[in-house]
Amino acid sequence: MAVQFTDGVVVGADSRTTMGSYIANRVTDKLTHVHDRVYCCRSGSAADTQAVADIVHQHLQLYSQVSGAPPPVHTAASIFQKLCYENKDALSAGIIVAGWDKEVGPSVYNIPLGGGLFRQPWAIGGSGSTYVYGYCDATYKEGCGRDETVNFVKNTLALAMSRDGSSGGVIRMCVITEEGVERLFVPGNELPQFWQGSEVLPNPKGKAVPEPQVVPMVVE
Amino acid sequence: MTSIGTGYDLSASTYSPDGRIFQVEYANKAVENSGTAIGLKVKDGVVLAVEKLVHSKLLVPGANRRIQTVDRHIGMATAGLPADGRTVANRARDEAANFRDVYRSPPTLKSITDRLGHFVQMYTLYSSVRPFGISTILGAVDKDGPALYVIEPSGVFYGYHGAAVGKGRQLAKTELEKLKLAELTAREAVIEAARIIYLVHEDAKEKEFELEMSWIGPETNGLHVPVPDDLLKEAEAKAREALESGFE
Repeated sequence: MAVQFTDGVVVGADSRTTMGSYIANRVTDKLTHVHDRVYCCRSGSAADTQAVADIVHQHLQLYSQVSGAPPPVHTAASIFQKLCYENKDALSAGIIVAGWDKEVGPSVYNIPLGGGLFRQPWAIGGSGSTYVYGYCDATYKEGCGRDETVNFVKNTLALAMSRDGSSGGVIRMCVITEEGVERLFVPGNELPQFWQGSEVLPNPKGKAVPEPQVVPMVVE
Repeated sequence: MTSIGTGYDLSASTYSPDGRIFQVEYANKAVENSGTAIGLKVKDGVVLAVEKLVHSKLLVPGANRRIQTVDRHIGMATAGLPADGRTVANRARDEAANFRDVYRSPPTLKSITDRLGHFVQMYTLYSSVRPFGISTILGAVDKDGPALYVIEPSGVFYGYHGAAVGKGRQLAKTELEKLKLAELTAREAVIEAARIIYLVHEDAKEKEFELEMSWIGPETNGLHVPVPDDLLKEAEAKAREALESGFE
């Protein structure tokens, strides 16, 4: 997930990498550095997205070396898009590129599966994202500050991690501004808590439960 | 010339004992024989102007253009062998297209000049090729504002506020130095550029010439386009006027 705010962007991700039902890595860092002020959130195949991010990293090093200035976020996103589109049959990669540049300030680009390129104020991706579109639509507003945005990202990820079996672990976040990149970490036992279910389903007033076989949900 | 007959000028891949590449120096001679080309980088744009010597009255007006467009916002003017100018222009277009393809954004003039400089330099390395007999003035308005560069036959390039190459470059340079380039608008620079080209042509008055001019600025929407006919006519009229009054 990546969200743009007034003077930067916040990128965040859970930390789960799976091989089928097996958790291959529970503390993965899916926030990948591609340049000083440009990061990407990788989803899909870890192997594919790591390889693509490495190639983009190489391109951006060359770009900044030749031009003598850091690359715009749009340039980084365009290279991702080109690779994802031209190799769409071979790749399983959903990538969100976000960062800060001196031309446009903070920006977020979404590159979904087919290799499209979309600039968005916020973007979510990966298996857990489908569970929290409604939450993001209802919660996001323009003109937020840093702390507000960090909380939005943290809550969105916690909700997605609680509903999606393929997501979980810890929350990693990066705040990218003109000044630099700040890394944030939320351990798995300190995730924001939301509704967890209640002990007993309330009975209709004065009436007995008609079917005793139906057992109320038990909460651990 | 002392270099002739020594054998060190036969190939661009052999140094003379005092460390010179004569073929590159001869390429510079080809530039010196050409009609003058100038470039002005001003407050809000860039103007390119060329003194195109017309060697035959049978030529169609406007033939053999020496100012070419590299990208929407990049133009170039050459002095030297016209055919070499077209080769370099085509390479510049390829480089610009490649930049757009890879980075999905308009190239900066610096990046194109850098690549073109490498290209030109490669032709000073091998015995099988000849260095380009042109100096190239490149002008653009890119994300960093107006920019002006000159690439020489050796492949070196420098950034300039005002540039002049070709036969009348010395006089043109002294005229350019008199201008307050950073305070001029593109429209004012068109008038000045025309005046300078007409002035440097004075030495070869017997030869026919065409003034070729292009510009990039706010009035062209940031695009490299030929100076419109009415402005060109106005600039030429003022140039002739300035010449006549100057010779009274």
